[in-house]
Amino acid sequence: MIDLLYSDIDEQLRSSLRSVLAARSPWTEVLARTESDKTYDADLWRAVAVDMGLAGLIVPEDLGGAGASYREAAVVCEELGRAVAPIPFLGSAIVATTALLSAGATDLLPDLASGTRAAVLVVPFATAPGGITPTVAVEGGRLTGTVTTVAEALPADLLLVPTPGGLYAVEAAQALLIPVTSFDMTRQLADITFDGATGTRIGDLAAADVGLRAGAALLASEQLGVAEWCLETTVAYLKTRYQFGRLLGSYQALKHRVADLYVDISQARAVARYAAACAASEDPDLPVAVAVAQAFNPAIAVRASEECMQLHGGIGFTWEYPVHLYMKRAKSAAIAFGSAAAHRTELAKLVNLPASS
Amino acid sequence: MRARVGEFVAANATLIARGDVDPAAYLGARFDAGLAWVHFPVGCGGLGADRSLQHVVETALAEAGAPPNDPRRNPIGLGMAAPTILRHGTDAQRHQYLRPLWTGEEIWCQLFSEPGAGSDLAGLGARGVRDGDDWVVNGQKVWTSLAHHAHRAILIVRTDPTVPKHVGMTYFVLDMHAPGVEVRPLRQATGEAEFNEIFLTDARIPDTDRLGAVGDGWKVAQTTLMNERVAIGGGVVPREFGEIGVLASIWRDRPALRTPAGQETLMQLWVQGEAARLFGMRLAQQLAAGQPGPEGSASKIIYARLMQQATSFEMDLLGGEALRQDTWDMNRDSLVDFFARSPGHRYLRAKGNSIEGGTSEILRNIIAERILDLPRETRNDVELPWKDLPK
Repeated sequence: MIDLLYSDIDEQLRSSLRSVLAARSPWTEVLARTESDKTYDADLWRAVAVDMGLAGLIVPEDLGGAGASYREAAVVCEELGRAVAPIPFLGSAIVATTALLSAGATDLLPDLASGTRAAVLVVPFATAPGGITPTVAVEGGRLTGTVTTVAEALPADLLLVPTPGGLYAVEAAQALLIPVTSFDMTRQLADITFDGATGTRIGDLAAADVGLRAGAALLASEQLGVAEWCLETTVAYLKTRYQFGRLLGSYQALKHRVADLYVDISQARAVARYAAACAASEDPDLPVAVAVAQAFNPAIAVRASEECMQLHGGIGFTWEYPVHLYMKRAKSAAIAFGSAAAHRTELAKLVNLPASS
Repeated sequence: MRARVGEFVAANATLIARGDVDPAAYLGARFDAGLAWVHFPVGCGGLGADRSLQHVVETALAEAGAPPNDPRRNPIGLGMAAPTILRHGTDAQRHQYLRPLWTGEEIWCQLFSEPGAGSDLAGLGARGVRDGDDWVVNGQKVWTSLAHHAHRAILIVRTDPTVPKHVGMTYFVLDMHAPGVEVRPLRQATGEAEFNEIFLTDARIPDTDRLGAVGDGWKVAQTTLMNERVAIGGGVVPREFGEIGVLASIWRDRPALRTPAGQETLMQLWVQGEAARLFGMRLAQQLAAGQPGPEGSASKIIYARLMQQATSFEMDLLGGEALRQDTWDMNRDSLVDFFARSPGHRYLRAKGNSIEGGTSEILRNIIAERILDLPRETRNDVELPWKDLPK
């Protein structure tokens, strides 16, 4: 049976990462950064990727990584979600790294594993696994075309670009990256244009797809982290705020709303662990696990953030309170890697529940 | 322990071979050998051994071809009465009750809920008055499964109305065949009567059938109710288990019923079912690893909601056909085969899932107050004598 629990190592990893994030990336810093020139936190990325060695978590040791698995990486995603941390872990250390591992691009991996360079798979953020449609053409090793709405591209040094002729590696300096004012400024998007950029073919498009599927699997853990922060913050507030001479948390109408969230989050945790475990063991059930995860967890994170804002009342609606950061992350993540509806449609095919004939 | 089971199997080959025909004889021998509940004391069906060895016994007996003691034969007895008798009973009570309970010769039922005390069980009003060596009991109990088959009942009554509600109750074992105990079927919205109402009119209970001290009834009941919760906990089931499997089969077998909107709902339910399944699997893993998480309280809410939504969709999917009900007869079976009945029965029966064994509202209160540690609702019923509470 697939193990859905956390190991002691998972818990140690969680605890050390949580203290680093608390010390170096409090929400006040995260909020201030969303309106700065540099929306990605390079110092924090160095601390997490290099000092803690997490950039190479899923990379084998002989390629300079930690030789751990997606199970541990999922714990990292939970914590980064809880902190809405503006670093490219999902994009570089999971999606791009997985694509390179799948393509067998061993020469490029050590720099990623050490955290000295970051990479990104250049597809629109809403692309579902199996849904890559290249918009960049390649001729004589030169790439031309535009890809819009790419997440975590701004801090990347290396671009992995799907083309009709396969997956190409391009130095970021060869492309024009235009930042987009993004709904989720803790994970800023960019439009990327190639105008005869030099690229190297590193593998088939299938490798890009493996990367996307791993990203969708682990995004479920990030969504879990977002939802958990929202529930904990709401509960803490209900224990301190008095109205009508009573603590808000003593009202049954509000208790039941947070209890319902607790119930849903308990399921989201099992769903996220299953997706991560299937990715880690390359289980044949991975496509189903990912489709279930991205059909179930996004709505839980979105609703948790919405309840968090509503149950805080006025303060929750202000810019100076962090709920909106989580709401934006949750909504953006619900669209990322394909909508829940798209995953349900995919799932119907996988489990043989066909559409009307 | 395996050796001990081996000796038992060797010495009782005939009884084991006839275990399906004459379960009481086989189970009696098993009880006498201390292999009923190994963690119970010697003489009470156990060996005073560690609870974890029960698994070894069950496995070894199953390998020897012995039938298990099907918990459905006497669920209240095995699941709730036995642990309560072990914890709070006297030696005499343990020796009197446990063996026939284990063998199924005496079926047990539970007389807790009343028409006026459902979620607020501690508000119950059935009265017990001391009369010499007996107690005289009057009142009404409700939602009692198996009462029409039962020999004995676990019962809580109010023995002192002048003190606050939680400290004025006493716990008894009631002989269901005693004069003054009347069992009437309680018919449900589904037409059948899985449950009963019990009318107690001057029913006499000897004081020797009291479990625990006078006034300690609520404390004793906690043992019973805790074991009920454990019984409802998580388990590992296959994908498309239960009602989701019913929906999936209909969808696959009957292409004419498929619509795009139907597929959207079906897939939402399928995903909910899978999330519930994975949750149950994780819960079981937590229990097996000795880290019972607080999430157990969530499992009944999840299950009830899923069953209600899925059975409702089954009717919508089948359309007019779902309006042809199999029967409204007052069936008295206590074990209804949910999936052999018509969809209308499933839809209605699932409505009970969020009421029986703790309403979903009470479970949400428990999650909010005991897990999330939110303040308790302001209440006025804890300090006052029970007799002065508004009713």
